[in-house]
Amino acid sequence: MLIVCGHRILYAVRDDMIVKVKLFATLRKYLPGVELGKSSDIELESGSSIAQLYDVLGIPAEEIKLAYVNGIFCEMDTELKDGDEIGIFPPIGGGSL
Amino acid sequence: MWILRINMSDLSYKLEELPEKYKLLYGRALTSQMVFDEVPPLCHALGLNNKLVFSAGVVTGTAAPTSARVSVGGKSPLTGGIKEANAGTAWGPDLAKMHIRALVVEGLPEKKDVYWGAKVKWDDTAGKPVVEFFDATEHIGKDVYKIYPQIFEKFGEKVSIASMGTAGELGYGNSGIVFNDMAKRPSRYAGRGGLGAVLASKRLKFIILDAKGAPGIDMVDKSLFDEGRKKLIDAIRSHPISQPKGGLNSYGTAVLVNILNEAGGLPTRNFSAGRFEGAAKTSGEAIFETNKERMGKEIYNHACSPGCIIQCSNTYYNEDQTEATSCIEYESTWALGANLGVDNLDDIATMVQLCNAYGLDTIETGGTLGVAMEGGLLEFGDSKGAIQMIHEMGKGTAVGRTLGGGTEVTGKIYGVKRVPAVKGQGMPAYEPRAVKGIGITYATTTMGADHTAGYTICPEILGVSGKLDPLSPEGKAALSRAFQATTAFIDSCGHCLFIAFPILDIATGFEGMIQECNGVLGTNWNADDIVAYGAETLKVERKFNEAAGIGKEADRIPEFMKIEPLPPHNQVFDISDEALDSVYKDL
Ligand code: SF4
Repeated sequence: MLIVCGHRILYAVRDDMIVKVKLFATLRKYLPGVELGKSSDIELESGSSIAQLYDVLGIPAEEIKLAYVNGIFCEMDTELKDGDEIGIFPPIGGGSL
Repeated sequence: MWILRINMSDLSYKLEELPEKYKLLYGRALTSQMVFDEVPPLCHALGLNNKLVFSAGVVTGTAAPTSARVSVGGKSPLTGGIKEANAGTAWGPDLAKMHIRALVVEGLPEKKDVYWGAKVKWDDTAGKPVVEFFDATEHIGKDVYKIYPQIFEKFGEKVSIASMGTAGELGYGNSGIVFNDMAKRPSRYAGRGGLGAVLASKRLKFIILDAKGAPGIDMVDKSLFDEGRKKLIDAIRSHPISQPKGGLNSYGTAVLVNILNEAGGLPTRNFSAGRFEGAAKTSGEAIFETNKERMGKEIYNHACSPGCIIQCSNTYYNEDQTEATSCIEYESTWALGANLGVDNLDDIATMVQLCNAYGLDTIETGGTLGVAMEGGLLEFGDSKGAIQMIHEMGKGTAVGRTLGGGTEVTGKIYGVKRVPAVKGQGMPAYEPRAVKGIGITYATTTMGADHTAGYTICPEILGVSGKLDPLSPEGKAALSRAFQATTAFIDSCGHCLFIAFPILDIATGFEGMIQECNGVLGTNWNADDIVAYGAETLKVERKFNEAAGIGKEADRIPEFMKIEPLPPHNQVFDISDEALDSVYKDL
């Protein structure tokens, strides 16, 4: 965020936000040491997308299958908001008797 | 090719030539057709006129990957309708290799206090299977983990065994038929719908197969089969869910706990919420990491049956490195975990092991205990109390016998309004209010609430074969119908349903599965033909249920799901009756 007066920039404030991230299954190695099921606070620039979050976490796109943001499936280009809770998964399947 | 009939009224058997009309029917297609043809729909499920039909799939017993399935069919004491339950076990290939297309158990002995075993073996000189009966009464009332080693010792290491536990002997609607896994554990259950009680009602404790010297599977076009087999193997090995050290091989089916929890569709505390705060502790990742910590190394999963290259079955170890149980499936860890408000994996493992030991279905057991907890029998989260109740069920105490009747019966006895069941069968591990398509499958399948009958979770939650919004009702009736028909075919071809993950995404894998079948049968099926084959099976099952008094009025989700919004999405089940009815109307 820029605060300007006339043509003079008074302050340049990076407008950051915090999102809560949980990684599952084979992706857990990208946030090592985090207790299973606990989220990690990740700081991102405001307006970042899910794809940008993947970059920050250093997860190659091909390892990721899907993300649920606040319980809703979202595409990679979805813009995140401050306080969003994101669960990220590799391809998984199961469900049997 | 034969039908082998074991008649328990007079302890006799006969081999019949397979009639022409059953030539192309295998697995579920055959069990359902024969139940329709031979079992009076209004008969008592535990009476003289019910029959149990066992049949392996088209490619079972061949070198096709992940194909050792066997279907068991009959009239269900739990639902009162038709039932097909299947399991992966060497028992399936052994049946197929002896050219027994269907093994039928029929009749009812007059003497109730004597149980029998039937050993079916290949007679090389006669060129056909023969049956010997033996008195099995000494094995009644016991833990199946105690009796299987004795049977293997008596009949040899190479045999395979079908049986039931005390839950079946006590006549519970919650009782499965058990088969051995590769390590001879009595742990592979055709679990749902009370078929264990049907087998026990006939006083047949064991069906032992010894396929030594049997001819194996005849094929019309071996090179076509091999071509298809190779394509399917490639698809399984290259898909991230099914490949070695992929999702299923590393974390087992319980890897689904976290994703359903994130999606708000993990039924919690008797279907009162869609998220469980302790979910992660009960997940496939927790099983993997606990094992790693306790055993000092990463442990990957194993095959339940010969020839499986997906290998999704886990073993869970105790702190002292002894085996706690094998295996903890997603449905089991959910039923006895989140559904009961329990997050202690060791206690869940104990419950799974006890269910197997007593012959109980883990899903029905969890559903029952959830309703009983709501009714005040125990507090939610009381895992030690739940363990005690499973013992009571297995031992047949008064409260145990009540619970053995299943989710719906228990709801009636305890005056509970929130009873998650359809057609008398308890719901599995996906919330219909948060995943609408699977709710349509639960409501409309003839089996009672059953996720495997039309696993719309693939596109709704997992993003396999596209990604659909689980909360939306749009197009879900057609989706469920398509999944139900394709599944009925997969349940008949002999492959484990988990090949669905690779073949839904990889077209050559799908093609490979069809080519394998065409190679064995000499047919010329294409993708449309196999869906039509599955649809025929669904229609037959439907006709049986209608004649048993189970029509479209029974294709409904319990009322509480239509009026109680489910957190966190605060949705109700908003699929209209017309949409539900269209699943079969438009078949
Ligand atoms: S994928 Fe799993 S359930 Fe299916 S046959 Fe293999 S080990 Fe058994």
